[in-house]
Amino acid sequence: MDPLEALVAQIQGLSSSSADIARLHTILKQSDDSLRSNSSRLSPIFSLIDPSIHSLGFLYVLDAFTSTSVSNQQQAEELVPIITRFISGCSVEQIRLAPEKFIYVCKRLKDQVMLLEAPIRGVAPMFTALRKLQVSTEHLTPLHADFLLLCLLAKSYKTGLSILDDDVFEVDHPRDLYLYCYYGGMICIGQKRFQKALDLLHNVVTAPMTMMNAIVIEAYKKYVLVSLIRHGLFSTSLPKYCSPLAQRNLKPFCQNPYIEMAHTYSTGKVADLEAFVNANADKFESDNNLGLAKQVVSSMYKRNIQRLTQTYLTLSLEDIANTVHLNSAKEAEMHVLQMIQDGEIYATINQKDGMVRFLEDPEQYKTCEMIEHIDSSIHRIMALSKKLTATDEQIACDHLYLSKVGRERQRYDFDDYDVPQKFNI
Amino acid sequence: MDGDDDISGQMIDEIYANGGEETDQRSRRAIMSGDQLDIEAYAALYSGRTKIMRLLFIANSSKNPTVQLDALRMAYDEIKKGENTQLFREVVQKIDGRLGPNYDMDLSWCEVVERKAEQKKERLENELNAYRTNLIKESIRMGYNDFGDFYYSHGQLGDAFKSYVRTRDYCTTSKHIIHMCLSTILVSIEMGQFSHVSSYVSKAEQGTDPLDPITISKLRCAAGLANLETKKYKLAARKFLETGPELGSHYNEVIAAQDVATYGGLCALATFDRAELKSKVIDNSNFRNFLELVPEVRELINDFYSSHYASCLEYLGNLKANLLLDIHLHDHVETLYDQIRHKALIQYTHPFVSVDLNMMANAFKTTVVGLEKELEALITDNQIQARIDSHNKILYARHADQRNATFQRVLETGREFDRDVRSMLLRSNLIKHDYNIRASRKL
Repeated sequence: MDPLEALVAQIQGLSSSSADIARLHTILKQSDDSLRSNSSRLSPIFSLIDPSIHSLGFLYVLDAFTSTSVSNQQQAEELVPIITRFISGCSVEQIRLAPEKFIYVCKRLKDQVMLLEAPIRGVAPMFTALRKLQVSTEHLTPLHADFLLLCLLAKSYKTGLSILDDDVFEVDHPRDLYLYCYYGGMICIGQKRFQKALDLLHNVVTAPMTMMNAIVIEAYKKYVLVSLIRHGLFSTSLPKYCSPLAQRNLKPFCQNPYIEMAHTYSTGKVADLEAFVNANADKFESDNNLGLAKQVVSSMYKRNIQRLTQTYLTLSLEDIANTVHLNSAKEAEMHVLQMIQDGEIYATINQKDGMVRFLEDPEQYKTCEMIEHIDSSIHRIMALSKKLTATDEQIACDHLYLSKVGRERQRYDFDDYDVPQKFNI
Repeated sequence: MDGDDDISGQMIDEIYANGGEETDQRSRRAIMSGDQLDIEAYAALYSGRTKIMRLLFIANSSKNPTVQLDALRMAYDEIKKGENTQLFREVVQKIDGRLGPNYDMDLSWCEVVERKAEQKKERLENELNAYRTNLIKESIRMGYNDFGDFYYSHGQLGDAFKSYVRTRDYCTTSKHIIHMCLSTILVSIEMGQFSHVSSYVSKAEQGTDPLDPITISKLRCAAGLANLETKKYKLAARKFLETGPELGSHYNEVIAAQDVATYGGLCALATFDRAELKSKVIDNSNFRNFLELVPEVRELINDFYSSHYASCLEYLGNLKANLLLDIHLHDHVETLYDQIRHKALIQYTHPFVSVDLNMMANAFKTTVVGLEKELEALITDNQIQARIDSHNKILYARHADQRNATFQRVLETGREFDRDVRSMLLRSNLIKHDYNIRASRKL
């Protein structure tokens, strides 16, 4: 007990100023092993130290405590509130001194919460943890992916969406990004924000990578389906900036049934598409994509009806049903009604004549809201351009870049790439 | 009120009435007309091998047995005048004894012809070898020419082509070159290799000496045929329209003047816009001479220009059966007809803000439902800017709202830029991270 008591005293004493905390940090690092070996006896300490003042110490103790595997529910029940309390109370500067430990602790929280089968208990703490760990909102931490996973499991999509609205520019580890974008895409699909889902999945699929991984393949499958729902077409050629590995290998993995589905979709016949989905239902089911596949089928009806708005001013419900291959005018009415409510088409239904009248998009681009929207978009894009120029300048001053250019100096004109002598290798 | 109805009724009649006064013109005998093709008159327009090929084609495509037998009989007579035993055998097989004992296999004739051919070939070879050892350019050229003619008359078109091409090295004057080009063009048309036709036409036209007008017309016709076969209808129309009336019957071994009129007229109608149609076809005095030979085509062009669509389409329908028997045009009849019909529909709707579909269906002598389907296809293709009011059966012209479209495009471009730049920055960050890791691992 003695070394532990001494440690506790030190934690309590040295947590006031930044110099003290630095000293505390070194002491804690040294006593890390002893903490871990005594992990079973650490639980009383939690009552002695306060998470908001003694955050660093608390973190180390917590880390040692959770390093033993917790496999039964009762221990998890005890542990979760401790961690939650810690996260909500801890001070930001102190935990940023030991980020890996913090991440480790949060991941353990996630495990506990999943063990207890109550992921919703982990959503709020993870959110706070995430915000505290982030250096800026553009920074992606490993916690993002776990947070989104918990949101998915707990079905609290809206909280997940609030995180997704932040732009991400700095990434610690590519794997975090893949998971973040993949789970983010799934959340957006759940909220029916297909464009955003498409962007996120596109980021995964086109990210530079050195080896194939399963996340990218799953993401690609969903990408195919969401692209069909949103745009009605899917081009199998990936853009040039994709890694060559992806370009070569993604297609064979996802050929059947996803790319075949894209082919069937392009023929435009709903009956074929439905038959295809039914035939391959078990494959979709095993990838958990059956719901998405069914949405693809219904999107085809929508697309056909939308095409009708381009050619007709008024059309009877009978004719709509015939053109779009629906079974009856009543079904056609339901579809059109749904689309009007969702804002996908502008029309009025005249039930007396059984006619639908297609209207123009009433947006006149004259309102104040529209002007504000355009204005804010312009500002946003200008900020983005500035950021791009700044990044460009930063790279141009980077040591590694200059040395590489200097090495290949013979290839370029002397005038264009005037590199100082010291970078010539 | 009644008076108004009467007047408007008359106006309506004018819009879609089929010209009643055309019927007596149709009784004027014309070769390519709506009536049953008069094979003898048709065949009289041509000479040489093309006559035989055309007759055989008619025999193959026609469903009418009398027409078939007629065509085959005339083909037999024509072949007997020449020296092509291969074609002779084919024709006899097709006749199959249906025309009586006079038109059976005449083996003796075949043997005689073939023996004569052998002798002639030997003689020509000896002569050619003699000339070649003597190195007299003109004689060598004539020798190869004779070879070419010999092969051509015996139906060995590939060898004929090669022989004619060989004369090129021995051509001294531009007249020789023209002669060579015309011969190769003839053989290429018979073989169906129209790329050669185009290249030799351009070669002939590049000659330094001015060509006489008949040759110019011949070359233009050949070029037009080549364009027609490669489906470049607009260029084909232009070439046919530039053909001078001096052509007359000088190019009967390939094409008749009636054909120039028909091909040129139909291609022009399918591809020219109104201004071009008026200036190059209707006001073209040269081409008018050709059109006189096929009054139906002239009438249908005039009807199209003056918006009498029903009668125009009726003429087209009548001509169709006979056009399908023409060896150069039969593949293209459907396409050209579709194009002409679409142009008629587009032209009809172009000047109006709203069009009553019932009246339009009357004008085109079709049903409202069918018309709606055709219009839908044209609107989806963006050839007509309009919307259909299916309830009241009216077509409303619709002009795109530029202002809204511009705003939408602006917002969309902004979004795309935003998205692309963000992903780029993300990717560059990943690459930098990866590079840093690799660099640190190396160090």
